[in-house]
Amino acid sequence: MPKRVDIHSIMVIGSGPIVIGQACEFDYSGTQACQVLRAEGYKVILVNSNPATIMTDPATADVTYVEPLDADVLIDIIERERPDALLPTLGGQTALNLTMELVRRGVTERFGVEVIGARPEAIATAEDRDLFKTAMADIGLAVPESGFARNVDEAYVIAEDIGWPVMIRPSFILGGSGTGIAHDEAQLRTLAGEGIAASPVSEILVERSVAGWKEFELEVMRDAADNCVVVCGIENFDPMGVHTGDSITVAPIQTLSDVEYQAMRDDAFAVLRRVGVETGGSNVQFAVNPVDGERLVIEMNPRVSRSSALASKATGFPIAKIAARLAVGYTLDEIRNDITEVTPASFEPVIDYVVTKIPRWAFEKLPGATAELGTRMQSVGEVMAIGRNFAESLQKAVRSLEQGRAGFALGRHSEFVDFDLERLWHSCVVATPERLFALHELLWRGASIDDIVERTGIDCWFIHQLAEIIERERELSPDVVLETFDVRRWRRYKQWGFSDPQIAELCGRDVEAVTVLRRAAGVVTTFNTVDTCAAEFEASTPYHYSTYEDASEVRPSSRDRVIILGSGPNRIGQGIEFDYCCVHASYALRDMGFETVMVNCNPETVSTDYSTSDRLYFEPLTPEDVAEVIAAERAACVDGARVLGVIVSLGGQTPLKLSHSLDPALVLGTPVASIDSAEDREQWSAICKSLGLRQPPGDVALTLAEARTVVRAIGYPVLVRPSYVLGGRAMEIVYDDASLERVMKDLTSEHGSLAREGGVSQSRPILIDSFLEDAIEVDVDAVRDTRGDVFVAGVMEHVEEAGVHSGDSACALPPQTLSAAVLSTLHAHTKKIADSLGVVGLINVQYAVKDEEVFVLEANPRASRTVPFVAKATGVALAQVAVRVMMGQSLRELVELGVVPAATPVPHYVSVKEAVLPFNRFPGVDTVLGPEMRSTGEVMGVGESFGIAFAKAQLAAGTRLPDQGQVFMSLADRDKVQGLELARLLADLGFTLAATVGTAGYLRSHGVVVATLVGKVGLAEMGVDAVSMIAAGDVQLVVNTPSGSGARADGALIRAACIVHAVSCLTTISAGLAAAKGIADTRAQGWRVASLQELHR
Amino acid sequence: MTRQPSVLVLADGTTFEGYAAGHVPDEGFTSGEFVFNTALSGYQEVITDPSYAGQIVSFTYPHIGNYGVTPLDDESLRPWCEGVVIRELSNLPSNWRSVGPLEGFLRQHRVAAIVGVDTRRLTRHLRAHGALPGAFGHGDPQVVAAAARVARGTDGTDLVTRVSTGEIYTRGVGERHVVALDYGIKTMMVHQLAERFRVSVVPASTSAEEIRSLEPDGVFLSNGPGDPAALGDQVRVLETLLGTVPIFGICLGHQLLAQALGGRTFKLPFGHHGSNHPVRDLATGRIEITAQNHNYAVEPDTLAHGVVSHVNLNDGVIEGVSAPSERCFSVQYHPEAGPGPHDARYLFERFENALRGVTMGA
Repeated sequence: MPKRVDIHSIMVIGSGPIVIGQACEFDYSGTQACQVLRAEGYKVILVNSNPATIMTDPATADVTYVEPLDADVLIDIIERERPDALLPTLGGQTALNLTMELVRRGVTERFGVEVIGARPEAIATAEDRDLFKTAMADIGLAVPESGFARNVDEAYVIAEDIGWPVMIRPSFILGGSGTGIAHDEAQLRTLAGEGIAASPVSEILVERSVAGWKEFELEVMRDAADNCVVVCGIENFDPMGVHTGDSITVAPIQTLSDVEYQAMRDDAFAVLRRVGVETGGSNVQFAVNPVDGERLVIEMNPRVSRSSALASKATGFPIAKIAARLAVGYTLDEIRNDITEVTPASFEPVIDYVVTKIPRWAFEKLPGATAELGTRMQSVGEVMAIGRNFAESLQKAVRSLEQGRAGFALGRHSEFVDFDLERLWHSCVVATPERLFALHELLWRGASIDDIVERTGIDCWFIHQLAEIIERERELSPDVVLETFDVRRWRRYKQWGFSDPQIAELCGRDVEAVTVLRRAAGVVTTFNTVDTCAAEFEASTPYHYSTYEDASEVRPSSRDRVIILGSGPNRIGQGIEFDYCCVHASYALRDMGFETVMVNCNPETVSTDYSTSDRLYFEPLTPEDVAEVIAAERAACVDGARVLGVIVSLGGQTPLKLSHSLDPALVLGTPVASIDSAEDREQWSAICKSLGLRQPPGDVALTLAEARTVVRAIGYPVLVRPSYVLGGRAMEIVYDDASLERVMKDLTSEHGSLAREGGVSQSRPILIDSFLEDAIEVDVDAVRDTRGDVFVAGVMEHVEEAGVHSGDSACALPPQTLSAAVLSTLHAHTKKIADSLGVVGLINVQYAVKDEEVFVLEANPRASRTVPFVAKATGVALAQVAVRVMMGQSLRELVELGVVPAATPVPHYVSVKEAVLPFNRFPGVDTVLGPEMRSTGEVMGVGESFGIAFAKAQLAAGTRLPDQGQVFMSLADRDKVQGLELARLLADLGFTLAATVGTAGYLRSHGVVVATLVGKVGLAEMGVDAVSMIAAGDVQLVVNTPSGSGARADGALIRAACIVHAVSCLTTISAGLAAAKGIADTRAQGWRVASLQELHR
Repeated sequence: MTRQPSVLVLADGTTFEGYAAGHVPDEGFTSGEFVFNTALSGYQEVITDPSYAGQIVSFTYPHIGNYGVTPLDDESLRPWCEGVVIRELSNLPSNWRSVGPLEGFLRQHRVAAIVGVDTRRLTRHLRAHGALPGAFGHGDPQVVAAAARVARGTDGTDLVTRVSTGEIYTRGVGERHVVALDYGIKTMMVHQLAERFRVSVVPASTSAEEIRSLEPDGVFLSNGPGDPAALGDQVRVLETLLGTVPIFGICLGHQLLAQALGGRTFKLPFGHHGSNHPVRDLATGRIEITAQNHNYAVEPDTLAHGVVSHVNLNDGVIEGVSAPSERCFSVQYHPEAGPGPHDARYLFERFENALRGVTMGA
C-alpha cells in the first residue's frame, strides 16, 4: 500500500525529560520519525519538554513545541494546530499514556485527530494487565498465574492462592517503577502499598514469580498488510528477576535451538496480532524455564522502546524510521533497507557478530539507596559493544563503561580480591551492579560452573564463556615473553577482547610496549561492517566495529575528514546534552563539506545513528580504541585527503580525558593545555589573579590536616570537591570540623568514593573553597574565535542559590534580577577569561554574584550542559557556531552568513530550565539539593514572564504548582527572613499556611497567620505531624529547607512523603519565591503555548 | 583444548587460517564446494540436510554449537555436508534438549571442521566470486592447496543417487496417499506430510510406472543436492506424471518440476542459504520470511506451462511456480522449515486442498 494522502499533518509526542527508564533512546527514535515523516511530505508538529534533544531542534520538525507534556497543554496545541493524525508510539510510555488520556477525554474525537501507529484499543490491551492476560488466554499462550489487587489485603489473598514468592507489578507504569518480588507477607505488604501508590490507576498485579528463568525479548514489526518480521532477538545474561533495563543483554539469542526460537517467533507474532498492533514495532518479552523449556509471555510494548533502539543499533535496522513509514500506510516491502539499498525492509536482519549491552548505574551519587538490582529499573545509562564473539563484545563493553576497568579480566586488581568466599557468593547471588566482577573473582578462585549456575540462575553458556576468558587471562603473566608471540598467539587474546592495557597490566609491561610488539607481529585492528545481512549483500552504509580479523572494510575516500569523539554512556552529570553537541558538530561539519566520523558506544543516542555522520565507529572511548580508529581513517585517506583533526571538547569529560593520548596537533579548537590550566587549581588561580578577577578564597589539600589548615585561613562554610570529576561528584558544603573530617576521610580512603576514579594525588588534589552563602549563581556560555572575538550566547541566572549544583538548579534566560552593571561585568570577565585561555570554540564560566559583586567560580573551555538550552532559548545553534569557529571560520564571517547574531540575543520571552531528579526510584535517598549533581534530565518552560516559564517548567518536570490549598513550611533558621516574604506572598495568593513550631513562631511574630501548627514527625503530643498531613492530602505544596548541619531526619521523612504522595516539594526559599511568582502570573495571565519557530522569528 | 593449526584454501588460491576441529581426516584435508549459511540458529539441521551433500558449509554466525545437539533436530540419518567452517565452536552447550556437544557429533559422524576462521572474509569472497570449490585441513598447506585446485563444484554432478533412500518406507496414517520422491528428503518434510497424509517415501530412481502402481493421491518432490540440469531421468518421470496427479515440489523438486513444465535452471552466483529471505506470494501479495538453501534457480521466462507464483524480494529470483491446469505447484524455498520460520507452512495445506479436489490458487 502506498502512503496515505488523506492525512497531511501529524502530531508527534516526545518522551519528555531523561528519567530512569526513559532516556535518549526516544530522542533517537523520535528524531528519526520526524525526519522520515517530513521527507514523506507530512507537516510534523512535535511536542516535547526536553530542550537537550535533537528532536526539539527547530530544524527537526515543522512546528516544535517545547511545552509541558500534559494533556491540557496538548489540547491547547491540538486546538491551535489541528493535526490530522497523532503518532503516539515514538515517545515511550509518556506519549502512550498521554494519548490514552486524550482519547478518554474525547479530545481526539472532538478535533478529528486519528491515532496512528497503535490504536487506543491495542494500547489498552497491551498496557492493562487484565486485558492482556485475557488476550493471551485467547490465543493459547501462557502467562504467569496472577491476580489484580486494589489494596494490600487483596494482594495477600492472591499471593496465598498462587504460592510464594510473588511478583508485584503496578498497572500502567514505566521502567518497572514500584515493582518487586515478595517472599513473605511483610515484604508483600510493603511492596503492594508502594505499587498501588505508584500506579496511576491504583492497581497492582500479583503474579507467580519466575525469578531465575531465562529471559528473552523479540523486537518485532508488523505492517498494515499483516506482514510480520523479527528484527532482533535478545537474550538476557541476568535471568528473570532483574529488570531488563538493568540486565546485561546479548544479541542475538545464544542458547535457544532453532525449534525453540521459531516457536517463540510464532508466539510473538500471535501476540502482536491479538493485541492488535496494526503497524509498527513492538517488543515481546518471554521467560523460559531452563529445565524443560516452558515458555511464558511476560509482557509486550506496542511502541518503540529502549530495546528497540538497542536492536536498531545492534542490527543496523532502523526500527523507528520504518515504524514511522508503516504508520502512514507503507508496507514493509515498499521500504528499502537503507544499509544495502537494494533489498527491502521486509526481511529479518542476520548478524555475524555478538552485541553486548551493559547498564551503568549511579548508586555512588545516591547515598541511602541500596545497590541491589531487582524488578525496578535503576540504571541511568548503558553501553553497547560489538565483537566477533561474546568475549570480545563483553570485554569491549566493560571498558566502554569508563569505570576504570580495562576489561572483564581484571587480573588481581579488583576490590573483590579481598572478599571472603561467603561475601563473594553473596555479591553474585544477589544481583548487584558489580556482579560481573564478583563472578570473575569466584571463577578465578575455582568455583565450579555448575555451582554458579545453580545459585545465580545465569545460563551456563555465559558462565562458561567467562571461564574461558579467565583461562586466557591466566596464560598472561609476567612470565610470558610477548616478544615471542606470533599472530596466532596474539589473536588468541585480542580476538577475545583483551585490550593492550589489560595485557600490559597482566604481563607487567607498559602499554606502549605491548602495542608496539603487537603491531610488529602484524596484529592490527580490523574494522568490520554492520550490514543487516552478515555480508550476504554489499552494504553501502558505513557503520563499523573493531575486531581482529584478516581484513578491514573501511572504504577509502578522497575527502578531508574530522573525527568527533562522543560522550559514552549516559550518567548523572554527562548525558544527552553532550550527545546533542556532538550531533550538531557532525551536522555543521557536513554542511561545511567535510566528511564526519563519529566514535561512541552509547546505543541510546542520535550520535550512534549511522545516518548522523558519514561514518560511525561503535567503539569504546579509550586511548587504544580511539588510536585505532584514527589509524584506520588515515589508512582510508586517498588522493591527498587528510584527517583534519579530532573534536574532543563537545562530549563532556570523556573525550577530554582522551585528549591527552592524542597528538596535540590533531585536537581541534581550544588546546588541551588550556583546558588543563582551567582545571588545575593553581594555574587557574594565577590566571584569575593576573586578570584581576575575584574568586572565593580557597586552597588545595591532600590530607585532613591540610584541609584543616585551609579552613583555618578561610573559615566555614566551605565547599569541598575533588578535581577532575564531573557533575559535582563527591562535592559537599561543609559547615563544621566533624563534617570536614568525615568528607576528607571518605575522599582519601582507598575504597572511598573516588577509589576507582583515580583517588587523590598531587596532580588530583581536593579543592577547598570558601562557600558564598545566599549568592546568586550565574552560568555564561560563550564562543571565542581564532581572531579573539567573543560571542556571549547566553547568561543564565540560577533560581537556587550558589551551592546547589548547576545541573540540579533551575535557571532562567534572560537573567531576571541581575543589574546592567553586573551583566556587563559578566560579559567582560568572560571575554578576558576566554582570551587568556586562548579558547577557540565554546567556554562556560560559572559566577557567583553577591551584593553586586561578581566572583568567578570556575571556567570550562568546552561544551557545557547548558549549550542545548541556550540554543533553544535563543534560536542560535550554538554548538554549530562553535564547530565552525574551531574549523577556522571567524565570528565576523558567521555574522555575515547569518549563522550567529552580532550581539547576545535578548529574547522577548523567558525560558526556564528545570532539573528532573530520580528520587521516586530511590525511596531511601534524601531529596535535598546540594553541590553533588543528581538530576538525570531537564525540561524547559517558556513564557511571557518568569513566573509562567517557571510554572510551566515545574509542570514539565512532573508537578503542577497548586492554585489553592495549604502550604506547609519548615525552614532552617538562616532561611527565615526570606521565608517571611514567601509566606506573605502565599498568604496573599489565598493559601492557608501550616508550619513547624519554630517556623510558625517566627512567621506569627511578624504578623503572618499560620493556620496549623505541625509537630515533629512521630511525636503526636506536639500536634499533627507533616507526614500524616501529606499522606492525607491536606498539603498541596511543601517548602522545606534543610538546616545547614546536624540532624536532617525529620526533613528527610517529610521530603520522602512528598515523593510517595506526589506533592510538590521545594527545598530552597528561592524556588519557593519562584513558585509563588509562577502561581501569581498563571492566575493573572493564563498560559499560552508557542512553538520555537514562532519564538525565534 | 589445544587444536592443530589448519588452513582453508579456495580453488582460486585464497587462503584462510584456522584450527582443526571435529573429525580429523587421515589424508589431512577435506574438499568440496564452499557455501555460506546466514541462519543464526539451526546448525544441526543444516549439517544433516542432504541438500548440502558435496558442500562445505561456512556459518556466518560466529558462535556455533551453543545449544548442543539432539537427535530430535536431525534432518536425515546423518550429516551429508563434506565439512563445516566455524568462527567459534562452543565446547559447553547449554540447553535442556541437548544430549551433547556439537563437536562430539561431528567426530561421531566423521565430519571435519575448521574453526577460528574469518568467516566474514570468506563470505565476502564467496559473494564476490560465487560459490567456489576448495579444501581445508590440518595437513601440509601445500597439499591442501593442491587439493583445492582440483576440487570440483557441484555443476553437472548427480549427488541425488548418493543421498536418496534405498528402499520405500511409509509414514503417517492419513486417508490420502502421497508418494514422496526422495532426492535427499529432509525429515521435517516427511513429518509435515505425515501429519496430513499416508506417505510413501520412494527412491529418486523410481519410475513413473512404479509410482502409479502405488496409487498415489498426490506426488511430492523433495529437496536434494546438486545440479538440477543433471537429472534428466527424473525430469522425464515428472513429464509423464504431469496432469495425472497433483504434484507439490520443494527446492530441487521445484527445479525438476519447472523443467518438466518446459523451464530451464541456472546457477546463482552464490545461492541463497539462510533463514531470512523475503518472498512474495503473487497470488495474495503476502510476504513470507523463508528458509532457503539453493545454488540453482529457475530461469525467468522459460516456462512453457504454468506461471511464476512466488518471487524473492531481495533479488527477484523465481521462488515458486504453479500450473493449475496440471494441478501442480512448487516452491524454491523451504516451507517445512527445519531450520527456519514457519511462515510458509500453509503450502502443505494448499497441497492437501489440491488432493481434496479443491481448486488451487493461481
